[in-house]
Amino acid sequence: MSVKKLRVMVAKPGLDGHDRGARVLARCFRDAGFEVIYTGCHQTPEQIAAGALQEDVDVVGLSCLSGAHRYLFPEVKRLLVERGADDIQVVGGGIIPEQDFQALRDAGIAEIFTPGTTLDSIVEWFNTHVQPRR
Amino acid sequence: MRTASRLIRCLEDGEEDARSAMKYLFPFTGRAHVVGITGSPGAGKSTLLDGLVESRRKIGNNIGVLAVDPTSPFTGGAILGDRIRMQRHAEDPGVFVRSLATRGALGGLSKAVGDAVHIMDVMGKDMIFVETVGTGQQEIDIINHSHTVVVVLIPGMGDGIQAIKAGIMEIADIFVINKADRPGTSKLHRELKALLDLAAPTSFHNGWRPPIIQVEDAFKPEPFGKSIQELSDTIDKHYQSLQEHECLRSRLHRKAETELKEAMQVCIMDTIFEGLISSGEEEMMINEILNKKSDPYSLAKGMAERLLKKHH
Ligand SMILES: Nc1nc2c(ncn2[C@@H]2O[C@H](COP(=O)(O)OP(=O)(O)OP(=O)(O)O)[C@@H](O)[C@H]2O)c(=O)[nH]1
Ligand SMILES: [Mg+2]
Repeated sequence: MSVKKLRVMVAKPGLDGHDRGARVLARCFRDAGFEVIYTGCHQTPEQIAAGALQEDVDVVGLSCLSGAHRYLFPEVKRLLVERGADDIQVVGGGIIPEQDFQALRDAGIAEIFTPGTTLDSIVEWFNTHVQPRR
Repeated sequence: MRTASRLIRCLEDGEEDARSAMKYLFPFTGRAHVVGITGSPGAGKSTLLDGLVESRRKIGNNIGVLAVDPTSPFTGGAILGDRIRMQRHAEDPGVFVRSLATRGALGGLSKAVGDAVHIMDVMGKDMIFVETVGTGQQEIDIINHSHTVVVVLIPGMGDGIQAIKAGIMEIADIFVINKADRPGTSKLHRELKALLDLAAPTSFHNGWRPPIIQVEDAFKPEPFGKSIQELSDTIDKHYQSLQEHECLRSRLHRKAETELKEAMQVCIMDTIFEGLISSGEEEMMINEILNKKSDPYSLAKGMAERLLKKHH
């Protein structure tokens, strides 16, 4: 009786300590039936990448409100690829100006969710774009 | 490392291929000292573990951590949050932390934990910590995979004595009174000591009376570090005592028994249920029970007779 579950890491890189949004998201993912590894605030890209590998997650969701996403998001993706985990998708959320979208996409960030995005549509994106244990 | 974490995941998901891989790994298991840490939610288990990991790394131990958190029975999802307290070890290649969700499957959780312990063992971990919330039978089963069981209690929750009633007393090799900065610490200590005093000396396996260790405030590094050192030393002492008294054998026996039962569960029970579900027979049986046409025990007995006859 084999079952496949989506494993998701929710992490907050950078210096801002507001993790309410990330917690809400983690709970919402749990309610969608995902297994959520929640790692809290102040994570370095190295910690996030190492954790994602140890936990064998399918996708890493990064939340950032401090404006440092331009560096932090691509860095996580780069480290994952460097360690042979190019199949782990990276998505980002937070206060991200539209003019940054293209650069983030080019760096391999699969999707960007802005504060207006509803939780339901985020879950739906995960369900359609992420496969467990690919 | 990715291979190991993927293998753990496939075993957790119950993949047939992964189970076959176990056959080749199994002969290389049995080196690591497995330490179970259990206690009520929020007792400070992960914080304690973080301290233990640090102290073990200092003496060069290669460490594995398995952190088990409950699956929501309503949605099947889970929030696994134990890593938060261990993030400073995230980049240390000598520390491998893996979170597991309970997933609520009968006997399944303990099996997943046992398998993951084996994988970490083969990875060359010297010590493997298993953190679980100590609430039910499942957790007690998990403990059967450990050599040393640490039960974490906290003052001021009336939780100490309750935990003991729930049968945790029998499985504890070491008691920790955590968050000793909080009121009620010495009261809990006294109560616990009185309970141990009451127990018949024969109930202590090979003369090992579970020591009580008071762990000081985790936010005061110096006293906390001292407490952790004491705990770490006591964990070693317990392992030595197991070895000296040939008691390790009986632990391993217990572990092997648990694993055998779980494998039987997976290979026999789950297969039977899969068949019953897909043939619709399970639904019929449930209806018979609901309509009081039959009772669960008679149905199971009938099934057992039918199946066992087939093979004779
Ligand atoms: N006052 C006090 N609080 C502590 C101490 N150790 C841990 N805590 C706090 O207790 C809370 C729970 O700590 P954890 O280490 O996550 O506890 P846990 O038992 O692993 O929790 P679960 O895994 O959720 O069951 C956190 O807010 C810690 O900061 C301590 O020594 N004193
Ligand atoms: Mg914990």
